[in-house]
Amino acid sequence: MTSQPQEWQTAGSGDDVLRVEHVAKRFGAVTALIDINLRLARGEVLGLLGDNGAGKSTLIKIICGFQQPDSGKLIVNGQEVTLKSVDHARSLGIDAVYQDLALINQLSVYHNMFLKRERVRGPLLNNRSMHDAARRYLDQMGINIKSVDVPVASLSGGQRQAIAIARAVYSEAKILLLDEPLAAMGAKEAAIILDLVRDLKQRGDVSIIMIAHNYGQVLEICDRINLLQHGQITLDKPSRDTSVQELNDIVVAEYRRALEERQRSA
Amino acid sequence: MSETTKATGKLIGEPGGGPGAGNGTVDILRHWLGVFARQREATILVVAVALLLYFSLNNTSSFVSNANFSNLFSAIAAPIAIIAIGEVLLLISGEIDLSVGFIFTFSPFVMFFLTTYYGVPALLAIICSLIFGLLVGFINGFITVTLGVPSFITTLGTGFILLGMALTMSHAQPKTIPPATVTLGKYIGTAAWSQFIWAVILVAIFHVVLTRTRWGLYTISTGGNQLGAREAGINVGRIKYGNFMITGVLGAFVGLQSAFYNNTIDPLAGGYQPMFYAVTAAVIGGTAMLGGSGTILGAFLGAIALATLIDGFNIQGINANAIPIVFGVAILLAMIANVQLARVRERGRA
Repeated sequence: MTSQPQEWQTAGSGDDVLRVEHVAKRFGAVTALIDINLRLARGEVLGLLGDNGAGKSTLIKIICGFQQPDSGKLIVNGQEVTLKSVDHARSLGIDAVYQDLALINQLSVYHNMFLKRERVRGPLLNNRSMHDAARRYLDQMGINIKSVDVPVASLSGGQRQAIAIARAVYSEAKILLLDEPLAAMGAKEAAIILDLVRDLKQRGDVSIIMIAHNYGQVLEICDRINLLQHGQITLDKPSRDTSVQELNDIVVAEYRRALEERQRSA
Repeated sequence: MSETTKATGKLIGEPGGGPGAGNGTVDILRHWLGVFARQREATILVVAVALLLYFSLNNTSSFVSNANFSNLFSAIAAPIAIIAIGEVLLLISGEIDLSVGFIFTFSPFVMFFLTTYYGVPALLAIICSLIFGLLVGFINGFITVTLGVPSFITTLGTGFILLGMALTMSHAQPKTIPPATVTLGKYIGTAAWSQFIWAVILVAIFHVVLTRTRWGLYTISTGGNQLGAREAGINVGRIKYGNFMITGVLGAFVGLQSAFYNNTIDPLAGGYQPMFYAVTAAVIGGTAMLGGSGTILGAFLGAIALATLIDGFNIQGINANAIPIVFGVAILLAMIANVQLARVRERGRA
C-alpha cells in the first residue's frame, strides 16, 4: 500500500492510455503470468509476441475484464481500475476481439454487429435501424460484405474477423485487443485485416494491442514489440529497432536453452 | 431462352420487381414461392394442412364438426403447443426440461390444497400454482446452471420428485375441482376452444419474444456459441434460468387447463407423454436439438400436425398402438432432413 504513491509517479507518462503493473495470474498449479509490466500509448499499435502457452491470451483476457488478476493493477487513462466484467471494461472503452471472434453463427451480420448494444424501440428490436447502420458502417470501413442479412456462418474467415473488429470499433472502443487476428488466414484474408488495422492507426484515436505469430506482418504494422516468454515480458523495443532475425534468434535461443537444461537434468 | 431465365432469376431476387415484366403473374407467384420456401415453418405448415385435408376428405362426417375440431385443436393440440413453447426456448439455449410434464401433474394440486385446506381465494390459489411452476423452473436452473448438472439429468430427477409428491399427497386418488375455482376455470380450460385461444395468444407472444426481442437474441446466442455469447458480455446463466422458469410456468398453466377441462385433478395426468409430444412438435417444426436455432411457430404447427394424426387415427378406428410408430418415423425424418440440410449448407460455404 505504501509503495503506491511512488508507482504513481513512475506511471506518470501522460499519454499512456493503458498501463499494466506487476500483474500475476495463476490457474491452480500453473502460473500463467508472473510479473507483467506493459504500457500502451495513445494511437499506438503494440505487437504482443510469444510462443503458445506464454500467457498472451490470459493477459488479453485480464485487460478486457473477462478474468481478474491475482495481483497487480491496471491503469486506464491515468486511473487505477479493478475491472469487474467485460461490460465494465467496455464502458471504459476497452474491447477485445477474441481468437474465436465471439460471433454467433446463427445470427445475421447486423445482429452480431450490435450484440449487447442492440437498438430497441420499447421492448422490440429496431432491426431496420441496426440493419441500415451496419450496412453504412461496414461500407465506410471498406469491409466488403454482400448482405448484412445473411448469418455470419456463411462468411469467410477474413470477413468474420473484419466484422468482429468493426463491431469493437463501432462500439467506440479506444483500446482494442486483437487476439491472433491473422491466425489461419490466407494472404488475401490477412490483407483485409492488415488494411483495417492500418486505417484505424491512421484515425489515431484507437490504440491497439495485437497478438500475432508472423514476425514479418507484426513488424510491418506495429509501432512497438513486446515479447512474452513464460509469463514475463522479456523484450520491449520499437519495431524499427528490431528485426525478424533478432526476434527469431531470441525465441530460438530460448528454446535451445530450455532443451539443454532438460537434457542436462535427464 | 437463356435470357428469359436470367431475367426471371433477377426478378426472384428483387422483391417488387414483378409488375411490368412480360410474364408478371408467374414471376410474382414464383417470387412468393421462393419467399415461402425460405421460411423454416413452410414444410410443417404444408404437412399440417395436408393431414387436415386428408382426414377432412376421407372422414368428412365425423372429422369435420365443431365438436371434433374443438377436441383436436383445443384439447389435444393446445397443451402440446404451450409446453412446446418452453421446450423450444430451452432447446435453442442448449438445454431440455423433462420435468415439465410433472409440473403439469402437480400444479392443480397446489390450487386444490390451497383452496380446500387453507381457504385461499380462487384467483390467488391459481396464481400460486403458476408461481409453483416458476419455482420448479428456478430449481431446475439452479441445479443445471449453478451446480453444473446436465439439464437432462436435473429434470429427470426433479420430474420424479414431483411425481412422487403428487402421488403421496393425493394418496394416488383424483380430486374434484374446488367449487370456488369453477368460474375462473371456464376461462382457463373448461369452455370449448379456450385452451386453443390461450395457445394462440401465448404462441404469438413468445414468437415475438424469440424473434424480435433481446431475450430471443440472447437465447439464440447462448445455444449457438456459449463461450462467444459470454465473451460478448451476455449473461448466459440468466438466460437459461429464465427459460427454465418460463417453461415451468407454462407447464403449470397447462396442468390447470387440463384439470379444468377434464373436471378432475388426476395424479396420473401429465407425465412424460405431453413433454415428449411437445419435444416431438418442436423437432418436426424445425427446432434443432443442437442449440442456436428453432421456431415457436413451427412447433405450434408441429403440435397441430401431431394432434391431427392422433385425432384422425382415432376417428378412423386405427389401432392407437400404431401411432407412436408414425411419430417415431416423423421425428427421425425431420431430424435427418435438418442435419443433412445443414451439411449441404456447410459444403456450399466451403
